[in-house]
Amino acid sequence: MVEVNSQVIVSALSGGVLIGLSAVLMMLLFGKIAGISGAFGQLITISKGSLKTAASSWQFYFLIGLALGGWLYSKAFGINFDMRENFSTSLLILSGILVGFGTQLGNGCTSGHGVCGIARLSIRSILATCLFMGSAIVTVYLVKL
Amino acid sequence: MKPIIALSIGVLFGFGLTLAQMTNPLAVIGFLDITGKWDIRLAFVMCAALLITLVGYRILFSKLNKPLLSLKFRLPNKSNIDSQLIIGSIIFGVGWGLSGYCPGPAIAGITINPRESLIFILAMFVGVKAHHLSVEIQRKVKIAQ
Repeated sequence: MVEVNSQVIVSALSGGVLIGLSAVLMMLLFGKIAGISGAFGQLITISKGSLKTAASSWQFYFLIGLALGGWLYSKAFGINFDMRENFSTSLLILSGILVGFGTQLGNGCTSGHGVCGIARLSIRSILATCLFMGSAIVTVYLVKL
Repeated sequence: MKPIIALSIGVLFGFGLTLAQMTNPLAVIGFLDITGKWDIRLAFVMCAALLITLVGYRILFSKLNKPLLSLKFRLPNKSNIDSQLIIGSIIFGVGWGLSGYCPGPAIAGITINPRESLIFILAMFVGVKAHHLSVEIQRKVKIAQ
C-alpha cells in the first residue's frame, strides 16, 4: 500500500467535496446529473461539428469550465505529481475509443454513475459502478503481467 | 447568465478533480492496482463526493419541486438492468484501466498533460461517434424489417 499521510487525505477529501458540491449545484440550478460522458456525448450530437451550435449549449460551457478548473488549480498550486512520460500512443487511442464507446452504451461514467447515480440510489448505477471498477481492476492486473 | 453558471460549475468540478489527483493517471492506476502498491487516495475522493451528493440531493428533492433555473428535474428514466448497461460498463472499465483516464479527468487535465489528454479525448470522440453510428444502423435495420 502507498503511504498515506494526513495531507494526502485532506486533499483527497476536499477534492471529493468540491466534486460533490458541483454535482449538487448542477441539480439545484439546472436539474441535471453532472455526468461528463453524457455531456460530452450530447455535445457531439447537438453540435454536429458546428462551433456556433456547440456554443449555444450548457454542455459546452460545463466542459470548458472543467478544463479551466484544472488549469486554475495548476496555476494556483502547481502540480504535485510526476508526469507520466512516453506512455504508448496506441494504448491511449485504444483506451479512449473504449471509454467513449463504453460510456455511451452503458449510459455513464465515474461521475454520472459512480457519483450522481449512486447518490440517487439507482440500482443501475450501483451495478454499473461495480462492473466498471471490476473490469478496470482486472485490466490493470492483466497489463501488469 | 446560464452559460456562466454552467462554466462555473465545471470550474469547481475540474478544480476538485485536480486537487483530488484524479488528473494524475498514475494515481488512478495505483487505486485500481489492488494487488500491488494499492493507492487508497481515490477511495477518499469517491466517498467524500458521494456523501456530499447523497445528502445534497436528499435535501434538494425534499425541499424543491423544480430546479432554480430550469423547469423540472431531469433524472435518467431508465430503471431496468439491460445488456447494454452491463456490456457498456465493462468496456468502459477496460478502457479506464488501460490508461488511467476517464472522461472528466481527461478533460480537466488538458492543460496539465496536453499530449495524453488530447489524444485520449480525440479517441473518445471516435468511440462516441462509433456508438452513435451503431445506434443509427440498428434503427435503419429495424425500419427495413
